[in-house]
Amino acid sequence: MAKMRGATVVDVERCKGCGLCVVACPLKVLALTTKNVNMKGYNYAETVLEDTCTGCASCAIVCPDGCITVYRKKEE
Amino acid sequence: MTREEIIQAENLVYRKPELLNDVPMHYCPGCSHGVVHKLVSEVVAEMGMTEKTIAISPVGCAVFAYKYIDVDWQEAAHGRAPALASAVKRLWPDRLVFTYQGDGDLACIGTAETIHALNRGENITIIFINNAIYGMTGGQMAPTTLLGMKTVTCPYGRDPKLHGYPLKMADIAAQLEGTCYVTRQTVHTVAAIRKAKNAIRKAFEYSMQGKGSNLVEIVSTCNTNWRMSPVKANQWMEENMVPYYPLGDLKDNGK
Repeated sequence: MAKMRGATVVDVERCKGCGLCVVACPLKVLALTTKNVNMKGYNYAETVLEDTCTGCASCAIVCPDGCITVYRKKEE
Repeated sequence: MTREEIIQAENLVYRKPELLNDVPMHYCPGCSHGVVHKLVSEVVAEMGMTEKTIAISPVGCAVFAYKYIDVDWQEAAHGRAPALASAVKRLWPDRLVFTYQGDGDLACIGTAETIHALNRGENITIIFINNAIYGMTGGQMAPTTLLGMKTVTCPYGRDPKLHGYPLKMADIAAQLEGTCYVTRQTVHTVAAIRKAKNAIRKAFEYSMQGKGSNLVEIVSTCNTNWRMSPVKANQWMEENMVPYYPLGDLKDNGK
């Protein structure tokens, strides 16, 4: 079966670190940073399990600020 | 396959709606307003009404909504958005007219305007964000505050003997002859967001078909004034708000 591979791109400066994307992701691909903060001082979301993402876009749909862009490609 | 190979324009699945401006929203982290703004932007764009939409912004947290969604806006006095929307729609019948109001604006100071605009069957849509509290002013009790819920003006919890009972605006609207479509939705999960988007689309379509007034109530959260994290606020809403404000269509006369 062809596997779907996804990638998420977080607009770091727009992110407010609410963490809703982290709980929305069924595969735990995203996590909030623990050390880094953006210009506003928020711990932003980042991709921690790059290879696991399937590009379902759950994180982007629940993001209240529209920070996440999602791409998906079928693995040949 | 590398990350760079996946991140190509032809593989795009989801991005911020084009109608949503790049300016950062002033809402608190995790606020439901942002999700509803995204849904409204998507629906307006999908209906091809970008150039033909006039929205009315309220007083409350969503007062700056005109900065975030790239359609034409009018700013109404506190609670008077449905009255303004009625006038706009009568002058421009071919425009998509909607108001975007919170519970303090719609269910408290603007109750009369809301009920009469709905009862007159104006061909408008009212998007009602119900988070059971006054957000912008610092967490005071709203007409929709749940019994026993603590706010800064009822620190021992809302007591029905002293403060009365929470107001179910959608249930009232469903009783009115002028309304076409009345629904209550949430935006706390992916499935709920998809349903809410369909509800907003349906309401906008009915208003353009001239079938009457439409009310879309979104039961939402105010994590800052509920003194919770965004994730906890969503759970609290599901456990406490949804039983009192049951979800689903209360009325659909447009079929």
